[in-house]
Amino acid sequence: MVTVSLYHYLFVSTILFSLGIFGIVTRKNAVMVLMGIELILNAANINFVAFARYGNFGFQGQLMALFVIVLAAAEAAIALAIVLNIYKVFSSVNVDEIDRLKE
Amino acid sequence: MTLYDIIFYLFALVTISSAYLVVTVRNIVYSAFSLLFTLFGIAGLYALLGADFVAIVQLIVYVGGILILMIFGVMLTNKITNVQIKTGVFQILPATIGVGIFGGFLLAVLLNTNWLNLNVKDSPATTFQLGQLLMNEWVLPFELLGIVLLIALLGAASIARK
Amino acid sequence: MSVLEIIVFTVVKIVLILTVMLLMVSYLVYFERRVSAWVQNRLGPNRVGWEGVLQPFADVFKLLLKEDIVPVKANQFIHTLAPVIALFVAFATYAVIPIASPLKIFGYEIPLVVADVNIGVLYVLALTSVGVYAITLAGWSSGSKYSLFGGIRSSAQMISYEISMGFSVAGVLLFAESLRPIAIVQSQGSWMWNAWIQPIGFITFVVSAFAETNRLPFDLPEAEPELVGGYHTEYSSMKFAAFFLAEYANMIIAAGMIVTLYLGGYNLPFFNIESLGLANWLTVIIQIGSFFIKMGVLLFFFLWIRWSLPRFRYDQLMSIGWKVMFPLSLINLIWVAVLIMVFNL
Repeated sequence: MVTVSLYHYLFVSTILFSLGIFGIVTRKNAVMVLMGIELILNAANINFVAFARYGNFGFQGQLMALFVIVLAAAEAAIALAIVLNIYKVFSSVNVDEIDRLKE
Repeated sequence: MTLYDIIFYLFALVTISSAYLVVTVRNIVYSAFSLLFTLFGIAGLYALLGADFVAIVQLIVYVGGILILMIFGVMLTNKITNVQIKTGVFQILPATIGVGIFGGFLLAVLLNTNWLNLNVKDSPATTFQLGQLLMNEWVLPFELLGIVLLIALLGAASIARK
Repeated sequence: MSVLEIIVFTVVKIVLILTVMLLMVSYLVYFERRVSAWVQNRLGPNRVGWEGVLQPFADVFKLLLKEDIVPVKANQFIHTLAPVIALFVAFATYAVIPIASPLKIFGYEIPLVVADVNIGVLYVLALTSVGVYAITLAGWSSGSKYSLFGGIRSSAQMISYEISMGFSVAGVLLFAESLRPIAIVQSQGSWMWNAWIQPIGFITFVVSAFAETNRLPFDLPEAEPELVGGYHTEYSSMKFAAFFLAEYANMIIAAGMIVTLYLGGYNLPFFNIESLGLANWLTVIIQIGSFFIKMGVLLFFFLWIRWSLPRFRYDQLMSIGWKVMFPLSLINLIWVAVLIMVFNL
């Protein structure tokens, strides 16, 4: 274990990113897929904030992280509304069973 | 090893182990619950990076909003009185291999790049600075975000109502 | 101050605050029972000790000795975890509420707040949103329909009222130009209370605080006639006590926040105590007294409301939250902005 530097944060965010992709690919439940997406967004956010701190970019990195958080909120709201609709039509939210565009 | 390092490793451990649980546990509510810890861990990392405002916004928006929405999503799309809500999984083996290769690639890039590694000192007034930036240089994206949120609100309401 | 000294002082403050909070919570329960009895013209608990002052301890012992029952269909782990979250959140929130100006003793200057966080107000809001999980998870993990409905109602209610709460707080922040609770108290001085300057914000905040603490007239999550006990129907023994304590601790925190944000905090009304030039310890004691008296009056108000207003229907609750409180808090924000523009405050 060495003194924490930029690499450590990037390492955490890389693992989070990979886990997020793993979740998206392997999970059937649509809400779980969304959770994977949140992991990915958070990984990106860690990168933004870490680069802002260690790369001397002032506060713009933190600002980007804030924007991402806000957009994630909008995304989650819309996605869950869609998931609810899917549940109404298919009575299930497993992404592999949703294979029709028409009702 | 300083206190800072110990705290970092603690938060990193919480973040990664709970994120691992999020994507591997079969019970959806357990997953959502570990996501709570992941988000806490990430907020801790932000705080360590000197971004206290981002950390607290992370808690308010992610923990207080998005995750609650997801738990609602879970409860409303299952037979909710059933405590054991399971999710199906598929393609575990190819996904593990693929993600392993991809993650390895990312790590290789990460370790072989010579990043600017300055370690700037903490600024005490992050909230003030962020406010200044939001209201001056970044005022257009800020306003656009407001519009996006409004549209998302209306869109979500109208989609869910149909 | 060295790191060690800071740690020692913080631990002492945490222990003090915890003790005081636990005592206050148990006596708030007693106070509530006596006030309710008084409102309804009956006697209330008056057997244990003089006028029943030992009643809270008797209650706690009773709950401790009871059998802990977990329903078969419950999810054991989360069922146990939920009350822990509730208690943790309730007590952790208190860390940022200042109860007096710094105490100068033995050559140290000790701020009388556990953590002087520079984003303290946001910290409170964040922890409130974590508190929702305790109730949602308790409702879900019990495996009973009453608990589940209670939990879902409660989380929807708390999310809805958090919005108007946040917007009313924004008005206060505009005036104080800071997110530090101490700075907010100081910005109000002795008479420029935010309650006078922004009465609409004050009202929306108080109403939202009632909703956030699940107090009547917003106690739908535990509406007895419909839901038996709401989210804690399936809880017994100490786990139930944990929820019970958390609810009352939340009331105390809500009162503390209202005092800090709107009623001038620890300052005496219309009178600047520091201009008298009293000894520091005397000033501090008077300020602590003033803080707790304000809080006590507010807590009495909470209990008074409980026996004065009937419970809202669920649709009424939601429409008040979204169609009345939310626009009102926005109007308040605009009002504060205009005030600042006009008077260059």
